[in-house]
Amino acid sequence: MATLFQGVGAVTPFSASSSLDSNKLLLPSRKSLSISDSRGSIFVYRSDALNLKAATRLQLSPGHQKRSPSEDLLLHQSRGSFGAFGLYLHCLRIAYPWHELLLFEALREGLEEEMERDPRVCVMGEDVGHYGGSYKVTKGLAEKYGDLRVLDTPIAENSFTGMGIGAAMTGLRPIVEGMNMGFLLLAFNQISNNCGMLHYTSGGQFTIPIVIRGPGGVGRQLGAEHSQRLESYFQSIPGIQMVACSTPYNAKGLMKAAIRSENPVILFEHVLLYNLKERIPDEEYVLSLEEAEMVRPGEHITILTYSRMRYHVMQAAKTLVNKGYDPEVIDIRSLKPFDLYTIGCSVKKTHRVLIVEECMRTGGIGASLTAAITENFHDYLDAPIVCLSSQDVPTPYAGTLEEWTVVQPAQIVSAVEQLCQ
Amino acid sequence: MALSRSGSNLLKPISPFFSCAPSILSRSISSSNDSITVETSIPFTAHNCEPPSRSVTTSAAELRSFFRDMALMRRMEIAADSLYKAKLIRGFCHLYDGQEAVAVGMEAAITRKDCIITAYRDHCTFLSRGGNLVEVFAELMGRRAGMSNGKGGSMHFYRKEGGFYGGHGIVGAQVPLGCGLAFAQKYSKDENVTFAMYGDGAANQGQLFEALNIAALWDLPAILVCENNHYGMGTAEWRAAKSPAYYKRGDYVPGLKVDGMDAFAVKQACKFAKEHALKNGPIILEMDTYRYHGHSMSDPGSTYRTRDEISGVRQERDPIERIRKLLLSHEISTETELKDIEKEVRKEVDNAISKAKESEMPDPSELFTNVYVKGFGVEAYGADRKELRATLP
Repeated sequence: MATLFQGVGAVTPFSASSSLDSNKLLLPSRKSLSISDSRGSIFVYRSDALNLKAATRLQLSPGHQKRSPSEDLLLHQSRGSFGAFGLYLHCLRIAYPWHELLLFEALREGLEEEMERDPRVCVMGEDVGHYGGSYKVTKGLAEKYGDLRVLDTPIAENSFTGMGIGAAMTGLRPIVEGMNMGFLLLAFNQISNNCGMLHYTSGGQFTIPIVIRGPGGVGRQLGAEHSQRLESYFQSIPGIQMVACSTPYNAKGLMKAAIRSENPVILFEHVLLYNLKERIPDEEYVLSLEEAEMVRPGEHITILTYSRMRYHVMQAAKTLVNKGYDPEVIDIRSLKPFDLYTIGCSVKKTHRVLIVEECMRTGGIGASLTAAITENFHDYLDAPIVCLSSQDVPTPYAGTLEEWTVVQPAQIVSAVEQLCQ
Repeated sequence: MALSRSGSNLLKPISPFFSCAPSILSRSISSSNDSITVETSIPFTAHNCEPPSRSVTTSAAELRSFFRDMALMRRMEIAADSLYKAKLIRGFCHLYDGQEAVAVGMEAAITRKDCIITAYRDHCTFLSRGGNLVEVFAELMGRRAGMSNGKGGSMHFYRKEGGFYGGHGIVGAQVPLGCGLAFAQKYSKDENVTFAMYGDGAANQGQLFEALNIAALWDLPAILVCENNHYGMGTAEWRAAKSPAYYKRGDYVPGLKVDGMDAFAVKQACKFAKEHALKNGPIILEMDTYRYHGHSMSDPGSTYRTRDEISGVRQERDPIERIRKLLLSHEISTETELKDIEKEVRKEVDNAISKAKESEMPDPSELFTNVYVKGFGVEAYGADRKELRATLP
């Protein structure tokens, strides 16, 4: 799978020339890792950092820390698929340092690096400044950069999103934080009409390099209004890009890419994923906004997912592997536009598609993805596409009911079994 | 042809009868920059601030340029009216005739580095910010020579170099954008201001007050200009607003009520507002003005107001007539000279229309350009997704 790595500074960008069978590369890499370099341990580096974990597992370094449950899952499922990229790096014997952090810290790191790099970057939102952000994403930034660059706004989403867009028209690069994605519904007019369309209606005179970000999704009994998934509402606005992050690694990379992009980008985070721990590289990296991530290569079925459902899928994959299935899991990351190249390559290989998402059934991302895949890759499909989404109900408060509005691993397992028979 | 701010290079040759005495009553060229003091029609009404003085200094050159610019705008709007009736302009067309004094007076008080953002009644404001007539008519007719390549239409005129940020269709949405422009100006620390214009209908929008609150909190150099033409489409202001004193609505934000049909009052108020905004933060200006046409071309404009009212305002308060009277009374131009200017302007507009008609429609490929900014490899394709079909290895 092509992993396009856009680095800045010391890192050289390059992409895999062809997709090699992952199995074949496992043994040689392992062997290379057991050879200790005079400089220290060797790491294999990939855009999804999976192999990073695989590498650290094999190496007996004193810095090895206790893994978080999510990491455990990923590690368990990873078959150490290194790809051509890894092989290349292994040949170069690159050694590089890493550090471990939580997802919200990764977002903050990305944000801070971009604010350092470009004085035009500013953050606006409720409680982002002195309070440090309701999810601590902007903690410490107000003290460092001052009140003019990290702005506490009153509770007026419509107008401060409009102000962000107006500032972006002149060349500033604001990041508008919605305390919860659901609150951005109040700013829908600004996002749809002004943010998305100004570049077009002005004939290209104005660019709107704004980033709108915030947590959404179903949390722990937060109630209906605070558990909304807005991907489906924003997806048909022409002119914007949407990305969803799911791991600390891609959170930082996508945040940086979104800030650097000249297009308006909406970055969807998830309330329950803020405390995920992962090791990320020390050096600077920027991910591609339009690329999907190969979480686990496989042969039998393609499972497309994003955000929190990635973890449910990986949990289900654990069960599926025990049952003898070989699912290929792709985190689509880019919700608008879809990375149809990665998805297409996968469909060509497996001929079966299962979409697992947290969005609503009606008019959600899964619905659009189903349409896109059917239109483009119909000939390669052996079975109809199955889309598992949340139920079309407001999210109830009761814990048991809330659990059943979102897709659970058991449902994923039975869907795969049904598709693969 | 670009709208000229000083009309001195368009003057007819001075008649040899007039002496070169420096008195302002003579018409020699040397007096064209002598200052003339004009009194505004009515004094300013202020809320929470000291109103500026009624006396405005101007010059013969400025008077002439005001006349010419306003005559051009008036002629342009009337030509747009006939083009709409000839079905060359479609959709929405909101005309500004009657309100020209606001555009012209504001432009005289500020620089091109100051930003103006307005709603959909933007043809004349675009022109005053340095736009040209061919661009206007081409955009209205949807041709490629338009300033937005024909993709914006009447409500989406923009001119980045002129500091004109549009051109917005949704009522009230431009005010937060305008406060954002002011924020960017404060951020970059350039001593410029933003004029965020809106109408009496938009004055009841919540986002306006939200933006005003933030602008006042953060001390932004934002000037909110309410162009009160007394009718929000078909609804008179007393039927839509409990308190039609829009300049007072800012409460803690100072306000000024201005006769919007008097270009000099507008000029004085904008100058005052700019100084105020740079020192003390936002201020609201209410321009008491009037539109002769209906809300848009699909509105006859006479179902909610009487024809007597319209003709009454045209007789008593017309902005071009006021300047004409000033020019004649100060003997800066004769009646025939002014008529000649109007004829010239009419010809200019006709030439621009025929030139705009020659421009072709945008190419079909233009449908997909400018949706995204190129750089991250994103292209937009239409409903026929053949181009998006991925090529597999």
